[in-house]
Amino acid sequence: MVTEYMGLADINGSLVVLDHVADAFSEELVSLRLTDGSTRTGRIVALEGEKAVVQVFEGTKELSMTNTLTSLTGRPMELAISPEIVGRVFDGMGRPKDGLGPVYPTEKRDVNGSSINPVSRVYPRNCIRTGISSIDALATLIRGQKLPIFSGSGMRHNELAAQIVRQASVTGGEEFAIVFAAMGVKNDVAEYFRRTFEREGVMDRVTMFLNLSNDPIIERLVTPKCALTAAEYLAFDCGMNILVILTDMTSYCEALREFSSSKGEIPARKGFPGYLYSDLAALYERAGIVEGAKGSVTQIPILTMPNDDITHPIPDLTGFITEGQIVLDRALEAKGVYPAVDVLSSLSRLMKDGIGEGFTREDHRELSDQLFATYAAVQDARSLASVIGEEELSDDDKTLLAFGRRFENEFLGQGEREDRTFDETLDLGWELLSLLPRQSLDRVKDATLDKHYKG
Amino acid sequence: MKTYKIWSINGPVVTVNGATELTMMEMVYVGHRRLVGEVIGIQSRYTTIQVYEETAGLRPGEPVEGTGYPMSVTLGPGLLGNIYDGIQKPLRALAETSGAFLPKGVETPSIDPQRLWDVTMKVETGAAVTGGQIFAVCEETRAIEHRALVPPQVSGTVEFAAPDGSYCVSDVLLRVRDASGALHEVCLAQRWPIKTPRPARTRLPVTKPMLTGQRVIDTLFPVAMGGAAAIPGGFGTGKTVTQHQLAKFADADIIVYVGCGERGNEMTQALQEFSELVDPHTGRPLLERTILIANTSNMPVAAREASIYTGITLAEYYRDMGYNAAMMADSTSRWAEALREISGRLEEMPADEGYPAYLPSRLSDFYERAGAFRTLSDRDGAVTLIGAVSPQGADFSEPVTQNTKRFTRCFWALDKNLAYARHYPAINWNDSYSEYVPELTEWYTEHAAPDFMENRTRIAAILAEEAKLAEIVKLVGAELLPDDQKITMEAARVIRVGFLQQNALDPVDTSTPLKKHYRMMQVILHLYDLAQDALARQVPASVMIGSGVFDKVIRMKTQTPNDDLSPLDALDRLLDETFAAF
Repeated sequence: MVTEYMGLADINGSLVVLDHVADAFSEELVSLRLTDGSTRTGRIVALEGEKAVVQVFEGTKELSMTNTLTSLTGRPMELAISPEIVGRVFDGMGRPKDGLGPVYPTEKRDVNGSSINPVSRVYPRNCIRTGISSIDALATLIRGQKLPIFSGSGMRHNELAAQIVRQASVTGGEEFAIVFAAMGVKNDVAEYFRRTFEREGVMDRVTMFLNLSNDPIIERLVTPKCALTAAEYLAFDCGMNILVILTDMTSYCEALREFSSSKGEIPARKGFPGYLYSDLAALYERAGIVEGAKGSVTQIPILTMPNDDITHPIPDLTGFITEGQIVLDRALEAKGVYPAVDVLSSLSRLMKDGIGEGFTREDHRELSDQLFATYAAVQDARSLASVIGEEELSDDDKTLLAFGRRFENEFLGQGEREDRTFDETLDLGWELLSLLPRQSLDRVKDATLDKHYKG
Repeated sequence: MKTYKIWSINGPVVTVNGATELTMMEMVYVGHRRLVGEVIGIQSRYTTIQVYEETAGLRPGEPVEGTGYPMSVTLGPGLLGNIYDGIQKPLRALAETSGAFLPKGVETPSIDPQRLWDVTMKVETGAAVTGGQIFAVCEETRAIEHRALVPPQVSGTVEFAAPDGSYCVSDVLLRVRDASGALHEVCLAQRWPIKTPRPARTRLPVTKPMLTGQRVIDTLFPVAMGGAAAIPGGFGTGKTVTQHQLAKFADADIIVYVGCGERGNEMTQALQEFSELVDPHTGRPLLERTILIANTSNMPVAAREASIYTGITLAEYYRDMGYNAAMMADSTSRWAEALREISGRLEEMPADEGYPAYLPSRLSDFYERAGAFRTLSDRDGAVTLIGAVSPQGADFSEPVTQNTKRFTRCFWALDKNLAYARHYPAINWNDSYSEYVPELTEWYTEHAAPDFMENRTRIAAILAEEAKLAEIVKLVGAELLPDDQKITMEAARVIRVGFLQQNALDPVDTSTPLKKHYRMMQVILHLYDLAQDALARQVPASVMIGSGVFDKVIRMKTQTPNDDLSPLDALDRLLDETFAAF
């Protein structure tokens, strides 16, 4: 028989305290029944003797000290999974919201997951072609990688994510299934993704977990966990290649801050809890490939940098955990460049082992090194030009500026539906570098220049 | 052992109600799953324990069992080539028993208890032994001889010594009667508490560098064997690549690589690369001299705190055998954050940015465990420490970077702008320093070249001059500089691109011997001198730069094999000819 506890001892923000509880365990799921018949779900976050601190996902609005009956479920927070979840739409806690009825689970899994043993990981080295030059050439996405997009409010990160989903293909031609988790995004944005998936005819390969901006904030904290549990199941049990889009991580972190402050925890930076790093890592580290499983989990989290500040704790800590980042630049977007990827601060850490001969093309590494070095020199020439005027620049610097303009418009800039092959991207890079004097290309070996330099 | 009951659970912090006999820093087993924990606070009303494993699922009322000893690691043959988590659980063995995902609370011996070692005894029955003395040796890997040590606290007369033969780590090899009449059994394996430095006879002055094959480090900012260095840098500046390069090419005998709160894929990569790469010093796979400790960012936070101490204890153990051990910790900021997280859960009064007030003393305790020592067995050994620091927002004024700077004498500042231009290693030559230079000058003069340090000073001076000129160039452009300054700028470019920048992915350039550093410096300075001479002859700078001779020198790093420096001689001659023609 299930014991029900009448009333609550304390209510504070999204947290309630239950007293005289017997045999509760840490992270246990509880269900609260209100006197008006509605139910809510909570999770035990701290225990002290017979007191249990419960986080209520739907919020504590309308709760009083007396109007609830609470029961312990004896289970941690779990997600019902089966191969059928592909193509379905769920709410932020993994309950179906597409009207197609419940999922008949083959299994229930703890949403917190377990750490992958580093010994059992397979180091990712198969690149994913996105058809986007800036990413393919300079921050190559690798299967099993976690590569976030750092953006700002009002920028075109959703289009970029949608384009990646549409065009992503792995050498060998396998297709991706997509797990999409929305945390605190506007209805329109979720709708944009749903429509895009439908228009491309990929909706039957997408699993969506939606916690929209008007949904309960605390529910947001489990949304990515549900999505990643589903992704891990599809990848490691069903052998599928999964691309996980998590948007918007900033909303997730803000929900975490709200939760932490209502618990009365001592804040670290900007009011965020000291464990923000560990908490984010527990999500991001759930990307990868494990030995003996066919599938893979690749993550593309999207986050909007508050005030476009890359040193804000959210992008900062994310950058320390993820394997690189794709940074969008407002000034570049204002020039009309799409996608406005700021290549100098963008980086793919796994790129070095996934490009070159046998992967993309043998000249890829040298080309990308040189493009980075030259484009960095363009920035120096520009700041000089802003002081002394472009007229006064040396001829070399003028050539650099010309290169910079074409690089931004032709190489970085491309159409939303333009899908470039690796050869197209790399050849375009050489064509642009050929604008410059040959001896200034100091990152490239002579033999490579002989083959590709066309100046 | 007496058991107690859990009273409260808050993340990784668990308390036991009422008075206990537990001691501070005692290792305890928590709950039915026997999670490993450590006592971190004792008050009259309750005892506080930090748990090194995931606490989800724990219930109040579950047992807590004391062990009677502090948090310790097992030392003995079989450590090398292994990969452990932060509290020395062997990850390979766990993968075999529990699959790809880490289980909770499984007890697995850190060292394979079944494996037999061919032991040669070094003491006989009746001999007197003292703590730290080598009593037996065995081949741990083809590259490293394991020297079994009498535990430091044991000394006396040997009443029994086993004959040479095959033994596993728990076989008793010695029985020692001490002065008080107590009998101690000594085997290959021993335990040591991780937060207590292992004793040594005396600390020695540092006299020689730890060579790393990285030009910017070995030439400009060398670290001493037994020194401590910090690598601070924001994300994407190449801390991990630099640490990997050091682990691969440093000329230490033993490498302990601690991935503290970092990425899982990086540890996988390290494991893979170290098994494939061959150590140039021994001709054996690098893994045979390496111990990996992986506490990835999603593993329990308290174990992250322990992983640093586990690593340094293992390094000290090999130091006591007379080896030069080096430990790379990537990154110490995660360790400091773990301290902060636990401190927050204990509701301690925070100091700077929420870090506990004892952060500086913990950091200094840790870095002071580096050093060159005369060991208890009268050999010389050293522990060199390289700590990466991940300052939040790449702001070097934050507490962890600032305090680390106080306790290390070598500071390799990674620069975001260099990294953006893909200049690796992105060690900024203006912000970095090494206080070891005066102590190491004699070694360089004797072993590298008599004028090595002079050349180094000249190279550094050209770079300093460039930094000054760069300010002017920012305002007026390079065109308006006088010819002599143009040559200085160009020479500095050759130093930056042709010497300091080093490609970790290029088979030749990834590590270069000191001899080549010296010759490359000579070529660059030769070029600089010739250009100065030509300036005196009124040859315009534009002619010299336009001839492409500077770019030829830049390319020497990849076109000169490490074992045959003759192309550099040819380059010297070419420079002479080119400048003679001006």
